[in-house]
Amino acid sequence: MTQPILLQGGHVIDPSRDMDQAADVLIQDGKIVSVGRGLGTPDGAIVRSVKGKVVTPGLVDLHVHLREPGNEDEETVASGARAAAAGGFTAICAMPNTDPVTDNQAAVGFIVRQSDRAGLARVHPIGAVSIGQKGERLAEFGEMVSAGAVAVSDDGRPVVSSHLMRTALEYARTFNIPVADHCEDPTLAASGVMHEGLVSTRLGLKGIPAAAEEIMVARNVLLAELTGGHVHLCHMSARGSVAIIREAKERGIRVTAEVTPHHLTLTDYACEEYDTHAKMNPPLREAADVAALRGALKDGVIDCIASDHAPHAYDEKEAAFDDAPFGVVGLETAFAVAYTELVVGGVFTMPDLVRRMSTEPARAFRLAGGTLAAGAVADVAVFDTAAKWSVDPTTFHSKSRNTPFAGRALTGRATLTIVAGAIVHEL
Amino acid sequence: MTVSATLGKDLTGLEHMTPEQIRLILDTAEPFKEVSERPIKKVPALRGKTIVNLFFEASTRTRISFEFAEKRLSADTVNVAASGSSVSKGETLVDTARNLEAMRIDMVVIRHPSSGAAEFLGHRIASNVINAGDGKHEHPTQALLDLLTIRDKHGKIAGLKVCLVGDVLHSRVARSNLWGLTKLGAEVAVCGPWTLMPRGIEELGVKVFGRIEEAIEWADVLNVLRLQLERMEKGFIPSLREYYRVFGVTPERLDRAKRDITIMHPGPMNRGVEIDSRVADGPHSIILDQVTNGVAVRMAVLYLLAGGRAELADAAKRGGPE
Repeated sequence: MTQPILLQGGHVIDPSRDMDQAADVLIQDGKIVSVGRGLGTPDGAIVRSVKGKVVTPGLVDLHVHLREPGNEDEETVASGARAAAAGGFTAICAMPNTDPVTDNQAAVGFIVRQSDRAGLARVHPIGAVSIGQKGERLAEFGEMVSAGAVAVSDDGRPVVSSHLMRTALEYARTFNIPVADHCEDPTLAASGVMHEGLVSTRLGLKGIPAAAEEIMVARNVLLAELTGGHVHLCHMSARGSVAIIREAKERGIRVTAEVTPHHLTLTDYACEEYDTHAKMNPPLREAADVAALRGALKDGVIDCIASDHAPHAYDEKEAAFDDAPFGVVGLETAFAVAYTELVVGGVFTMPDLVRRMSTEPARAFRLAGGTLAAGAVADVAVFDTAAKWSVDPTTFHSKSRNTPFAGRALTGRATLTIVAGAIVHEL
Repeated sequence: MTVSATLGKDLTGLEHMTPEQIRLILDTAEPFKEVSERPIKKVPALRGKTIVNLFFEASTRTRISFEFAEKRLSADTVNVAASGSSVSKGETLVDTARNLEAMRIDMVVIRHPSSGAAEFLGHRIASNVINAGDGKHEHPTQALLDLLTIRDKHGKIAGLKVCLVGDVLHSRVARSNLWGLTKLGAEVAVCGPWTLMPRGIEELGVKVFGRIEEAIEWADVLNVLRLQLERMEKGFIPSLREYYRVFGVTPERLDRAKRDITIMHPGPMNRGVEIDSRVADGPHSIILDQVTNGVAVRMAVLYLLAGGRAELADAAKRGGPE
């Protein structure tokens, strides 16, 4: 029996039930007990007045890299879960490109244990598609799912072999999990470091054409159709990909897709002056891509926002553009970047945003959470949507600081995060 | 640290320079040409200055040209090559530079295989940084010497039609030339197989010719780029033989041109691939004038970055900067 928590006087947004109204939220024993007006205070309850704030189901991030085991100086399961909680996330899915690769039940179990030990945001492991992420032999999906894996992916690398992707999609059906793919044709993307276009031409950097992504998106859609499996397309970046996904969904193919806050807000011009904090894969593309991604997210062609939180040590990014690794951290800025650019910017409503950062990602990977329905897990976030702050990477809970948003003035901040009925973050 | 009132601290590329700055360098190079023609090829303009030539990539012509420029200005110079130095032991670029700077140097001339390396270094050390070629980005002193040589030959740059021929995709010489030429009012075109044309090149205000015959027909000046032999290995072109047959600059092709045409090449040349020997050594060629001008242009850049005033360049041949 844990202490009950009453969130009093807030504005509740729960897209799972189209709720957008003033209400209290009562939590007990790790579950949502009720949501409604003027709820009584049970004995011994922790009461938080959240007047003027927005109460939502906790955010869910389908795509993070936590670097444990292998590079614990950059991030651990605990530090990542702490950063997640600070960002309003109650559940995050950890990609398996650790060292060693999370490609077996013991490795998956290790992530689950580290998550339990941390007791912060839930960390759901994603198992590898192939042993060692080598793209050769299928990993043991069944055992990994038993140990707690919620999906499989070779993220960081694409599944190059179409045959392997086909068998992965077919085999994953048995366990009702999605296969998440980093869509990239490696022969087209080879040694590219940014989007191929006018900016890469000017900077003299090798480009990665949008077609490198679109070709694999098209292939994955076709293989999902062939197999009846569920393919989840990671970090979409190109407008051509959006068109392919739209058509696939119209045809009823089992495809879900995600987009990152940075692909929704930045273009390849961020690479000017060889800023390695703008180096990510897939690369930042053009304004027309950003517009298409925003439109796709709004109308549900792209299901959700995922951070692709990718911590890197300072020294690694302090290098020539060619030599720096791909990736940026995002857990502590994802909500505010999206809120500032999309909601304050007038493109989305707050319920739209919560749907894309909580309800839909939970649904895509069939996770608990994403709802405040009575009886659901008590994974809850409270946002001060009037809070104005500027990004200071030195204050991050993440062990890494590699953000393209340093110094940026943002609006909106998580002030309270509750996981399984326990407060894990409070400002 | 010296920050030049006219050029700033570093020379990393022509893209962000003004036409006035470019003209200033060309004009400052003029009086320095004569120094190399003297029996005693030395002036004291940079006496007491220490310059490190930091070459992470093989170079003969550019390194020697810089070294002559430095020595003829009386600077003390040290050459550091990537192999055999701590660089090959895994030291990072920034650590290498900071260690050099701890020995109290004034300028670094850097060549590096990564685009942006010169800018990266310039932001992190107090010494003046001169880009001697960074990846596929820029090679500003090469473009400046090309501009000077074109100006010598034609008496002007504005209004001339200049075509860069060959591997524009991988060429830092092409990018720097493109910026310099357009800023000084030349019309610029590029010509080569589409596999070696960078994306979006048309958006930079240049014409694109798919056939060398069209380029020759159009141009006053052809600047023929070196075709790196590895381009064939990487599959950008099927063979050197075919490249010569389709894109090679030959006397037969030049003979069909309507007007007199000037031929340039940044070197080193692949004779019989991008350029026929009869053209390289023929009457249209000003290739060796480019090399001669390289020393004067680099003297001008070094002198200006060290704080020398352009109007005193003539006097500088006798005394130090100011």
